[in-house]
Amino acid sequence: MYAIIFYLFAAITLLSAFFVVTTRNIVYSAFYLLFTFFGVAGIYVLLGADFVAIIQLIVYVGGILILMIFGVMLTNKITNVEIKTGTIQVAPAAIGVGTLWGVLTATLISTDWKVVESFTPTSTTLNLGMHLMQEYVVVFELLGIILLIALIGAASIARK
Amino acid sequence: MSIGLNHFIILSTVLFALGLFGVVTRKNAVMVLMGIELILNSANINFIAFAKFGNFGNQGQLMALFVIVLAAAEAAIALAIVLNIYKTFSTVNVDEVDTLKD
Repeated sequence: MYAIIFYLFAAITLLSAFFVVTTRNIVYSAFYLLFTFFGVAGIYVLLGADFVAIIQLIVYVGGILILMIFGVMLTNKITNVEIKTGTIQVAPAAIGVGTLWGVLTATLISTDWKVVESFTPTSTTLNLGMHLMQEYVVVFELLGIILLIALIGAASIARK
Repeated sequence: MSIGLNHFIILSTVLFALGLFGVVTRKNAVMVLMGIELILNSANINFIAFAKFGNFGNQGQLMALFVIVLAAAEAAIALAIVLNIYKTFSTVNVDEVDTLKD
């Protein structure tokens, strides 16, 4: 059962990611990216990371993807129905990326990872909150400042 | 055959390769950003898979959360820059934007 669900989510993720990088229509790519994010969220749930999966859905689907679609809309002439993207140097890129993928996969597979027998999944939200408020509190605050600076910077760059 | 660490690692390497392919081949800057999001997602899968199979508790998931926050900041900044590029050059194709000042 676990295997079936894994292969289902992996297939959703990889197929839609493949279409994201091959479809010529940018809006179609954005919608395939939605399915990729859903598939990755399913993978997170399978790995016992429920909170990260929910955050993935909220932040990526609700925030980043909407930003992307706004970017597409604002940088293309809407009267021009063709919202296409060109591609460049597909064959060399395919060879190079394929080689890199082969090397990466061979290295990672042949490495003898020390796998500890996995614990039963429990709810992680309380534990993550404890970590964030105790030993990672500096990182937490810094991330808040980074987000604030990034949003102010983005607004000031965009309206210049 | 049960699902082990290797399955998740292969999934994330394929996702990484697809994202890199998108970054390298697409002309539109927004599509390059989408490739970067795929790469960040593959890194997140790795973090969470190693957190589970290495029995590191929840700290790998924390790193994944930090990556998500940085991805949100990066997307906001990058799209603001893309809008500025569009105002200046009337195009967002990264192969045509090749001057640093007008």
